[in-house]
Amino acid sequence: MSTVAAVVLFTGVVAYAVLGGADYGAGFWDLTAGGERRGREPRHLVDESLAPVWEANHVWLIFCLVMLWTGFPTAFAAIMTTLYIPLGLAALGIVVRGAGFAFRKVMVRTDEQRVAGAAFALSSLLVPYFLGAVAGGIASGRVPPGGHGDPLTSWVNPTSVLGGVLAVLVCAYTAAVFLTAEARRRSDAGLETWYRRRSVATAVVTGAVALAGLFVLRADAPRLLDGLLSRALPLVVLSGACGLAALLLLRRAAPRLVQLLAVGAVAAVVAGWGVAQYPDLLGTHTTIGAAAAPEPTLWALTVVAAVALAVVVPAMALLFVLAERGSLGAPH
Amino acid sequence: MTDLVQVADVLAADPEQLLPARQMMAFTLGFHIILVPFGVALTAMMLIANWRGLRRDDQQALVLARRWSQVSGVLFAVGAVSGTVLSFELGLLWPGLMGRFGAAFGIPFAVEGLFFFLEAVFVAIYIYGWRRMRPWPHFWTGVPVVLSGIGGTSAVVAANAWMNQPDGFTLDDDGQVVDVRPLDVFFNDAFGYEAVHMLLAAYMVAGFTIAGVYAVGMLRGRRDRLHRLGLVIPLTVAAIATPVQFLVGDIAAREVFEQEPAKFAMIEALTETGTRVPEVLGGVLVDGEVRYGLEIPLGASLLAGLDPDTEIQGLDAIAAANRPAARLVNTVHVAFQVMVGIGTALLALSAWYAWLWWRRRRQPDRMPDDRWFLRCVAVSGVLAIIALEAGWVVTEVGRQPWIVVGQLRTADAVTTAGNVWLFYGATVALYAALAFGTAHVLRILRRRWREVADPPGEGDPGGEGDVPYGPSRARSDARA
Repeated sequence: MSTVAAVVLFTGVVAYAVLGGADYGAGFWDLTAGGERRGREPRHLVDESLAPVWEANHVWLIFCLVMLWTGFPTAFAAIMTTLYIPLGLAALGIVVRGAGFAFRKVMVRTDEQRVAGAAFALSSLLVPYFLGAVAGGIASGRVPPGGHGDPLTSWVNPTSVLGGVLAVLVCAYTAAVFLTAEARRRSDAGLETWYRRRSVATAVVTGAVALAGLFVLRADAPRLLDGLLSRALPLVVLSGACGLAALLLLRRAAPRLVQLLAVGAVAAVVAGWGVAQYPDLLGTHTTIGAAAAPEPTLWALTVVAAVALAVVVPAMALLFVLAERGSLGAPH
Repeated sequence: MTDLVQVADVLAADPEQLLPARQMMAFTLGFHIILVPFGVALTAMMLIANWRGLRRDDQQALVLARRWSQVSGVLFAVGAVSGTVLSFELGLLWPGLMGRFGAAFGIPFAVEGLFFFLEAVFVAIYIYGWRRMRPWPHFWTGVPVVLSGIGGTSAVVAANAWMNQPDGFTLDDDGQVVDVRPLDVFFNDAFGYEAVHMLLAAYMVAGFTIAGVYAVGMLRGRRDRLHRLGLVIPLTVAAIATPVQFLVGDIAAREVFEQEPAKFAMIEALTETGTRVPEVLGGVLVDGEVRYGLEIPLGASLLAGLDPDTEIQGLDAIAAANRPAARLVNTVHVAFQVMVGIGTALLALSAWYAWLWWRRRRQPDRMPDDRWFLRCVAVSGVLAIIALEAGWVVTEVGRQPWIVVGQLRTADAVTTAGNVWLFYGATVALYAALAFGTAHVLRILRRRWREVADPPGEGDPGGEGDVPYGPSRARSDARA
């Protein structure tokens, strides 16, 4: 039963990494889009495609938090009392980001938009870094079962840096692919090229960092590396294959297929992390079974997850379909 | 006096993070709770306007519905992120609570997560659907927003109610939760009245606040039909909710009397257990004695048990180690009276509105425009918000020193890691910017709508004065 709850929790993590990640990455491109005139078109696309969906995507984070603290309360407390610095910063960053984005849409004056936009874009960079660093700290076993681990080295360490940098890059990559597809859907050749180039660039950089990361992990988190190269190997390979295929097909295939491949790449690597450390919840120790809440709670969570599957997933699908069809928002 | 010394000892023994953690939680929750009514109840008023607009082909009502959807869109975004901070805080500030009771306490939040998902999805569809969706399907996408708002609020209140009257779990000898009964956790004894009380409060706050905005507009001379409609729809909702709230509040107080005697003693600032207890209006507890209050003989006993001989437990019935300090008692006592006082004033305002409405019932489309009435409506929103905050203070401070009544003391739940003052300071600064930004953005919307209302010769700059189902300017010009 505890494994079921862990799978539900990790499904939430994967969903947030993919959907929330694409939103954070959009902020990355917003930040790097250049000056007011040059960056106007790419930013506009970010605005248009993000506005209707970001709140729904954001709820996955709440889902993960709730699943963790209800299903694995002691592990949650351990994580929170150890990694409180990056988590606190991420929480504040999320406020800045959401508010910055929501405010910018309403603001008319350019200088105001610039402040709100900068708040949105900068925090879009910081939040995934902190969350990635948290993941690195957990995966490398730096959160003791009783909590109160080292408040600094738990997230300032090789695996955490790798996790943070990878998180930022993966977000940027997913977003670039999504926005390429979106530009294609709108038959905007200029924007399509703009984002396609960035998709390729981030894919190459991400791939390189991931490969270099293997050496980091060998030195810093050998157990995680072992898992990644044995039990989780199929997922790692799948992730690489999806990422590569998405790049190759970026110009030709249907936008939806390309998006699907990018999603596959991200989902597989995040799932790979989970599989690699199975059956441990806190990276290298504290098994899922040992950290789990009593059975009835896990059942309740499973029922909630089943209802989410039956109700929330179709609703989100409806939202995405409507957004894709252009039924939401203003025409151009 | 010895008791007070003991209390002082207990206070001195508090962990150093307790004060900033409690302040921070109070600050962020107090901020978030103001936004809740606009996500939960303003959306209902928006749908009423939308319905009216479609059924009666009332363009003005549709304009209102769309504007309110924009306002609730902004406030929903701010509420979503400030709510996320609360989720983090549960772990960052209260790991002792989550680690020990997460398996039970977390369940209502899981349910809340479901509703939050649905709300976020349909809010987006509704807000961004104005231009391209067909009118009736668009209207129906708003219904899940209202329903999930009600569901989500109820679920969060279920968690709070559980802290007041914990149920549905079994502890082993080490105090670990070993068995959980999820339904008993969710539907604990405090759930029913707390949830209804909060939902009605949300409808009152949103109703009076929005009505107040249009009342101000009318006082400044904008007495067009749009303003009258913008006044009447939310005010009607609030005026219906208020008397019901009075009944529910009365039931809630009696439940607290029976189930949470310690909180009731704080509410009454009652030091000694007894019968024929007077109701003290105002007053502060100083040196174990209530001073400067106005006593209504037998009042408290009559209200609590409908019988002057009803015995009410005083603070002396609480074990000395758990007895709240006088400043906490005073806080709860004053907050309760502020809440009830404002509630009574709002009830009177609702009755005034009903009377005006009845008097004008034969005059179609004649809506109240008495200046004094409008002035009262104008301040009613602020009062309703104060009452909301006061009510929340009653339930939270009134629970102290417990975070889970009878099970876990707040001092034992607070984090010992890091420095909460720093986190708190950063949060206050950030929330100040957030509040400023929100107010600024709402002012931008208002200015834009005013330009539409008074076309300065250049037609309709907003492009939304004439065609409610059609252009929504906010987005198309955001990047222009």
